[in-house]
Amino acid sequence: MTNAEGTTKKAGKSAVGIFFEEVSRSSLIVPVLAIFSGLLLGGVIVGLSSENVYTMWAVSPIQAIGNGLKAAWESYVTLFSGAFGSPAKMIAAIQGGDGLEIRRAFNPIFESLVKSTPYIFGGLAVALGFRSGLFNIGVEGQIFMGGIFSVWVGYTFTGLPAIIHLPLAFLAGALGGALWGFIPGLLKAKTGGHEVINTIMMNYIAFRLTDWLLREPMKRPGSTNPISPIIEDSARLPQFFQDPIRFHLGFFIALAVAALVYWFLFKTKWGFDLRTVGANPRAARYAGMNIVKSTIVAMSLSGALAGMAGANELLGVNHHLSQTFSPGYGFDSIALALLGRNHPLGVVLSALLFGTLRNGAMRMQAAAGIPIDIISVMQALILAFIAAPAIVRTIYRLKEPKKAEAGVHVRGWGGS
Amino acid sequence: MGLVFLGIAALIWFAFVRRIDPEMTTTMRLYPGGSKVVVEDWQFNTLGALQILAFACAALGAYQLARGFGKRTGLVLSMIGGMFVFAFLSWAASGGMLNLAGMLRIMFVRSVPLTLGALSGILCERSGVVNIAIEGMMLTAAMIGTIVGSVSNLWVGLLSAVIAGGLLGLFHAILAIKYRTDQIISGTVINIFAVGITSFISAKFMQPYPQINDPGVFSPYEIPFLGQIPFLGPVLFRHNIFVYAMIFFVALLTFMLFKTRWGLRLRSVGEHPKAADTLGIDVFKTRYMAVILGGMMAGFAGAYFTLGSVGRFDQVMTAGRGFIALAAMIFGNWTPVGAMIAGLLFGFSDSLAASLAVLRVKIPSEFLLMTPYVITMLVLAGVVGRGQMPAADGTPYDKE
Repeated sequence: MTNAEGTTKKAGKSAVGIFFEEVSRSSLIVPVLAIFSGLLLGGVIVGLSSENVYTMWAVSPIQAIGNGLKAAWESYVTLFSGAFGSPAKMIAAIQGGDGLEIRRAFNPIFESLVKSTPYIFGGLAVALGFRSGLFNIGVEGQIFMGGIFSVWVGYTFTGLPAIIHLPLAFLAGALGGALWGFIPGLLKAKTGGHEVINTIMMNYIAFRLTDWLLREPMKRPGSTNPISPIIEDSARLPQFFQDPIRFHLGFFIALAVAALVYWFLFKTKWGFDLRTVGANPRAARYAGMNIVKSTIVAMSLSGALAGMAGANELLGVNHHLSQTFSPGYGFDSIALALLGRNHPLGVVLSALLFGTLRNGAMRMQAAAGIPIDIISVMQALILAFIAAPAIVRTIYRLKEPKKAEAGVHVRGWGGS
Repeated sequence: MGLVFLGIAALIWFAFVRRIDPEMTTTMRLYPGGSKVVVEDWQFNTLGALQILAFACAALGAYQLARGFGKRTGLVLSMIGGMFVFAFLSWAASGGMLNLAGMLRIMFVRSVPLTLGALSGILCERSGVVNIAIEGMMLTAAMIGTIVGSVSNLWVGLLSAVIAGGLLGLFHAILAIKYRTDQIISGTVINIFAVGITSFISAKFMQPYPQINDPGVFSPYEIPFLGQIPFLGPVLFRHNIFVYAMIFFVALLTFMLFKTRWGLRLRSVGEHPKAADTLGIDVFKTRYMAVILGGMMAGFAGAYFTLGSVGRFDQVMTAGRGFIALAAMIFGNWTPVGAMIAGLLFGFSDSLAASLAVLRVKIPSEFLLMTPYVITMLVLAGVVGRGQMPAADGTPYDKE
């Protein structure tokens, strides 16, 4: 807000007033208020779903509303202490000096980072698609394909040194995701079949394929559960601390990939082509850009990023494939990418938020009995506020932005 | 195209005929289980039937190459497709029995949510608003219908499902029309919201209190006389209200869209809103109405999943049917009748998976479950771009 400080000399207005006006026009205010409103409405739903509200209603409605507010407040306290850990415990653990206790006290905050990592990859996948004018709802399926490929490489090859095995398994994951993005990309480019429907169909195909692989060819020998064998140690993403902290190298790979995507999109000719096709396909065609190629490349790259999310989860956290290793990272990534304005930096920040929320919500589910699905509701609400900035501006009586807010646009059924 | 026909003939010959024992027979049962109208089973020699089918395909292919069917190529192609499916079924059921009537009956039942969902899409898109939220609307309505249906009765449950769909339609309309949000994004908002809220309520309330997850199912109603026709009776005229409603709504919407002033106005708003506006048609009002009606239709389709089928709500039970419905809409060229034909095709692929699972074909069941999704993608690849999409579909209207 340096701008606001610089213009304090405007006649007739106090510095505070100008500050608020500048904030109100800023492009950051909408995402921040969208998150705030989403969390607020989520709290209302938590409060409304508390049994204490209804048992008290007949006795005293005011008491019942109080109960609802209390339920919502306590849930959020659980959520945030679950996501960041409790400071009191951290201090006590450090004073105690026991290594395991210290790690336990600091685990929540690291676990939030662990949960953020697949979101970074997934968000980048969706963002790269949007930048190219493509709506990739297939990230979830691509995550599964990435997981399948990387786990297969992870347990099939034995005796390789980690320096070869780990990159090989990780890239195999990217390849699996890229394949699952390539098919809808090809269909879109060659036949005009809309990627929204095709990527969703590909999701279901990937889920059924996973079911089959875990029932037959990739099933762990001797196990009755549908899970794959455990990957070799040499294919695991190294963890930085001892148990229970699972924080692993994947987080830094994700940050590096985010930087790479930024460089690719905004500093290379290929990225420029993709963005031009995304922003204005007609102009791109007149400029002689190859839309067919651009669509296929964009979907494949988007799929590759999603595949990395799957590889990251399985090589870094789970170490084996199961049907439930992704709790919907791919679907959450859509809201996340839009919240981050489809910019790699924005994606990283929103991924940290979503990872923190998910980690806290898991704690909330265990401690307060609030189903974790509440965060999907919050994400949908946040997404609604992001997609329609005018709602946020109306509710909070904000000023119109100086320049038009960049909306998100997806191409319709007709092809181009 | 002739080569394609010959290829299919060769496929029948090499994949099926050569791998069959000449003594094998296939039995097709022509009445579904539980039916009183019994028809004798239709038994035939598998090898002979497959040979005839292969020769028929080859002959049609040769004719296509020599003379060409011209405008009738599409019809012949669908005949060939039908023969291939029949050949495949005969082969799969060789030495066993396939309940053909049961399969066709299931085809009608399974096509209900797809066709009704496609009608919802048609209502919205003919007015110029893309609705990819059919999935979310169906899922929410399925749950609301179950809860209300459990505490009151089925009809009130159905009504509340329709209202729930209409409310989500209103929400979509406000985002898309008033706030001019990208319509695919606002549809996605509804889809994510629907998955979240239904899973939340299901886990929080429906699992601890199973009595609110037990609405019962609409029982089948046999149409007098028609239900007694052998084969066709049980297949067509012994269903619950959802199948009859599907046929009724297809007819009603065809009439309303193409024969009334209301329909003309709706379509003009979807084709050229500015022209419609200058003629005094309220574009916004028309679109609001169409999207809300579309939401109600999706709500009705959603009620099928619980009140018309299993009588219980499960998390994410719609399993992508809302998106297959969209593909049916595109395949049906944005017309109700076309949508129903497409819906029946997808319903058939669904029932195919179910009956092949019963026959214990050596194809893993997971692959059979993939068929509706794969067919959706193939169909989309084949038809998109050739259809007549409403010209203003997906573009918000801005009054200047």
